[in-house]
Amino acid sequence: MTPTLEFFLFSALKVVAAASVLMAMVAYTVLAERRISAFVQDRIGPNRVGPAGLFQPLADAIKAFLKEDFVPGHVRKFFFWLAPVLVMLPGLLSLAVIPFGSRLGSQPMVIADLNVGILYTFGIVSLGVYGIVLAGYGSNSKYPFLGGVRSSAQMISYEVAMALSTIPVFMIVGDLNLSRVIGHQAGGWSHWMVFQAPLSFILFIAAAFAETNRLPFDLPEAENELVAGHNTEYSSIKFALFFMGEYSSMIAMSAMTVTLFFGGWTLPVFGLDQPAATWAAGIAHIAVFLSKVALMVCLMIYVRWMWPRFRYDQLMDLGWRRFVPLGLANILATALVLWARG
Amino acid sequence: MQDLLFYVFAAVALIAGFLAVANPFSRNPLASALFLAVALVAVSGLFVLLHAFFLGAVQILIYAGAVMVLFLFVIMLLDLREEQKRRARKVAAGLASALALALAALISAAALAGGGPADPPALEGGARALGRALFTDFLLPFEIVAVLLVAAMVGVVWLSRKEAA
Amino acid sequence: MITAHHYLAVAAMLFGIGLAGALTRRNSILVLMSIELMLNAANLNLVAFGRQAGWEQGSQAALWVMCAIAIAAAESGVGLALILAIYRHRRSAHLDESPPLKG
Repeated sequence: MTPTLEFFLFSALKVVAAASVLMAMVAYTVLAERRISAFVQDRIGPNRVGPAGLFQPLADAIKAFLKEDFVPGHVRKFFFWLAPVLVMLPGLLSLAVIPFGSRLGSQPMVIADLNVGILYTFGIVSLGVYGIVLAGYGSNSKYPFLGGVRSSAQMISYEVAMALSTIPVFMIVGDLNLSRVIGHQAGGWSHWMVFQAPLSFILFIAAAFAETNRLPFDLPEAENELVAGHNTEYSSIKFALFFMGEYSSMIAMSAMTVTLFFGGWTLPVFGLDQPAATWAAGIAHIAVFLSKVALMVCLMIYVRWMWPRFRYDQLMDLGWRRFVPLGLANILATALVLWARG
Repeated sequence: MQDLLFYVFAAVALIAGFLAVANPFSRNPLASALFLAVALVAVSGLFVLLHAFFLGAVQILIYAGAVMVLFLFVIMLLDLREEQKRRARKVAAGLASALALALAALISAAALAGGGPADPPALEGGARALGRALFTDFLLPFEIVAVLLVAAMVGVVWLSRKEAA
Repeated sequence: MITAHHYLAVAAMLFGIGLAGALTRRNSILVLMSIELMLNAANLNLVAFGRQAGWEQGSQAALWVMCAIAIAAAESGVGLALILAIYRHRRSAHLDESPPLKG
């Protein structure tokens, strides 16, 4: 087998594997969301289908497929159809640069090890707004439209805060490549960026909530003001696509957080912070990464059900007048500390 | 492989760029904005083929992610519906397009006729070298751009006040 | 074999499309978008030349392109704010109906 052919074959394999794991995680994140919300609200939640409700996602999927796919008469057809397709893309594309394990055999467990990995991810995340804006425009009615306008302003604002928040991490590491970021965090709990740059982590996670349109920043679909915001006019499988898009971008964002702040696939016990030499260690690394991502996702769900929503002017105020200055101050402070250390 | 990718990206950039400025199917400005976003992403692909990885990422981040979203925002805010039906004046439009396309044809014919060294030297380094250059040799342009951005920001804030001028 | 000349040709055509758009369209937002297209063509030219000239000049070209992108972003921000301000007065984003620049 020639190296080129081998490269294409293994890349295709990795893409298929990553996409199917993502889809499975999306299905069970929805279940986790429902169970955790039930726990927070002192209910039981879905527990009828299969043992402890474990087959609930299957039932949900069948229901979404079998429902009538109703298209209201007043929509702008082309944009109305395009929007659900675009919503799924960012979550899938941003997985391409995230290292989800060290290596299996001779294959590195990352689809594309770019030297500008983080910039690529930010670019893809910023494309996530198109689906929502198009849904708002295509639906051609009041509430979706307001949701779309809100979403475009919110996403641009919090992108700035998010980019500023990660700069100290890259100043400490000295590289934009995500594999290097993980390598720098190996070798002890205190090496994790969440302990080295705690303010960065707080700013990043808050901006991540805003970029994924999750509470406390779910203004584009605030249900007690805008019915369901951008996806009001959607039903059946198109609505399910919006749902899956939201959860896949949430998982992608959790994967980013884990990579940047929680050491990615490393764990400073049992020698798991060095690239794997055996297959067992390689699989253990993937398992470590997936469990960290699952924990992050649970945190995001928990926050959603514990926090009230911000008002729109408060959201903008927080983004521009609190996070941006804090992010800049954080960069300056990090630079001073690095300079003092030599 | 690289040649094929070049033709794909170039074709997408040109077709989407054409559809952005003159769409025969719809005169909806939002459709134009979407096609322009596609063209910009294709240009970023061309940057990557030229080994300018950093610029490719910046192009997507700033143009497709921020500038075009700003366009979408304004298009949605104005909701320019009644203006889609108007037709441009035929003669002037035809003359202007003919002139522009003649210019494009002239330059590209000259460029393609030139030939040149087939294999340019490979580029090394990435964000690190760029950053170093930006804060040493390019400090003055960098500062000027910073001042310009502040001026633009102040101007935009002043212009968008409700009771402005 | 693709050389820098092919990129220059693509950039020239892109510039031509943008120029034609900027001259013929009457909707001010579309004029701004055409100008963005022309700026992109110029950037593509710069990058192609930089690649041809080797690393030293290449990184200079990249930095100029970054300046150009920043300026383009500022330009579209100001342009869109102007369009919004004019729209508020005249209820139109049409260039033929924009206020004469006097009084």
